[in-house]
Amino acid sequence: MALKDITLGQFFPGSSLIHRLDPRAKLIGLIAYIVALFLANGWLTYLIAFLTLALVVAVSTVKLKALLRGMKPVLFLLVFTAVLNMFYTPGTPLAKFWIFTITYEGIVHAFFMVIRILMLISATFLLTYTTSPLALTDGLESLLGPLKKVRVPVHELSMIMSIALRFIPTLIEETDKIMSAQRARGADFDTGNLIQKAKALIPLLVPLFISAFRRADELATAMECRCYHGGEGRTRMKQLHYKPGDGLFIFAALAICVGIGVLGRFGW
Amino acid sequence: MSEAIIKTEQLLFRYTTEEGVAPTVLDGIDLEIEPGSFVAVLGHNGSGKSTLAKHFNAILLPTGGKVWVSGLDTADEDRLLDIRRQVGMVFQNPDNQIVASVVEEDVAFGPENLGVPSREIRQRVDAALQTVGMAEFARHAPHLLSGGQKQRVAIAGVIAMEPACIVLDEATAMLDPVGRREVLSTVKKLNREKGITVVLITHHMDEAAQADRLIVMHDGHIVRDGAPAQVFQDVEGLRSLGLEVPETVSLMYELRKAGVDVPLDTLDVDSCAAALFSLLTQGKESGM
Repeated sequence: MALKDITLGQFFPGSSLIHRLDPRAKLIGLIAYIVALFLANGWLTYLIAFLTLALVVAVSTVKLKALLRGMKPVLFLLVFTAVLNMFYTPGTPLAKFWIFTITYEGIVHAFFMVIRILMLISATFLLTYTTSPLALTDGLESLLGPLKKVRVPVHELSMIMSIALRFIPTLIEETDKIMSAQRARGADFDTGNLIQKAKALIPLLVPLFISAFRRADELATAMECRCYHGGEGRTRMKQLHYKPGDGLFIFAALAICVGIGVLGRFGW
Repeated sequence: MSEAIIKTEQLLFRYTTEEGVAPTVLDGIDLEIEPGSFVAVLGHNGSGKSTLAKHFNAILLPTGGKVWVSGLDTADEDRLLDIRRQVGMVFQNPDNQIVASVVEEDVAFGPENLGVPSREIRQRVDAALQTVGMAEFARHAPHLLSGGQKQRVAIAGVIAMEPACIVLDEATAMLDPVGRREVLSTVKKLNREKGITVVLITHHMDEAAQADRLIVMHDGHIVRDGAPAQVFQDVEGLRSLGLEVPETVSLMYELRKAGVDVPLDTLDVDSCAAALFSLLTQGKESGM
């Protein structure tokens, strides 16, 4: 098992308009889009939502294949939702067998539901594909900044997140090393039933945990040496600045959200 | 003479354990380190050299005695940031001291903590990366770098804080020979060109030999203090402390024991070769 091949996050570096947007603008845009999806209520609104997404995907230069690959894990959920909606929506019956009835409304409902979930996931993936984890963390910290006033430890949370991101590759490398070391002494990670496999992980997890704690201790000392004393009085090298394009993007996202909301009210 | 950058007086340190009985790690250290000097601290495991280093920027506080950094008492908690800004530390494990997942972000971490304005941080980061020769890796992920490169990033992170002194706590211990050379030449350059005081904690003789001043620790005491060429003359004395002298000195020592008249202050391969060459050419002339 080559643990090193695990891709970190799903960021595809690029320089498209979408890549260059401020992470906060993208986050706000995503939230507006998700709200719009839940307000969409008919063919027209879904079409608008779909075209919006298609436009953003086209501009972002993210490959369609990459987007579709992200759908695999939710395939089961999709099928499940579709089937439930088909059978359990009352309305004009189209086909009947045994105790199941498929209704016209059911099929339409199932179709919309599947489309909604697909678009929701695509939009979210689009954000992580075009925004580096670091930029995302910074964006979140900045967006949640006002919560500091009600004593939410925003800086600390974002620090935890960025350190976690930093140490994922290091810990993966270490896991690889420990696995090789344990294998060399005859450990078997790959055969046996589920319980045996889980038990085989103990000699892997114990040293990994111990080393993670030691790392945390050393890192804390190193951070102290570099004058870290919390978020108070801290400046940043790269400050986030809204550019005109970001404003335009947020405005467009909100406009689409409101538009879909209004049209949805009328059942379009 | 200017004021010492680091000064200790009767420094005593014990780890406190629950039982209350703890061995004394540092026992009455009196030390003054001049600004701009390059000091190596040598000693085998458990000699107290790392513990001593951790007193230089208030990571550890003395159990007894005093430590001053640029005249500031390290026990003064209100001046903690001023002390740590003066004395930067580079540790042994390069992975456990890099905070950010992009090289330049990591170098910016120190100045960010000090509240330096963004534009100045940018300048400091670029300059620091330039100094350690890592400018082309500014946007790389640290985990893809070699050990020596990671340590150079760590050094850049320290010099971006513009300290007066850098303490390297066995910073080369986990590196391969190439990495060690990279780090050492970077540190020497900082000392020569920027006048930054360097304290190099090490157990490699060849590294210690490159310093201006060599301090040998044993069982929590300073047992030798002087120029490396001088300290290494005492081959037997050092061996009785469990320390080896550089190979070049060792060779000369064996030659002297065999009755050949050679100097003992050959700290590097070049001077050793020169001494041997003059010996051999002399021998040739007199033999002919």
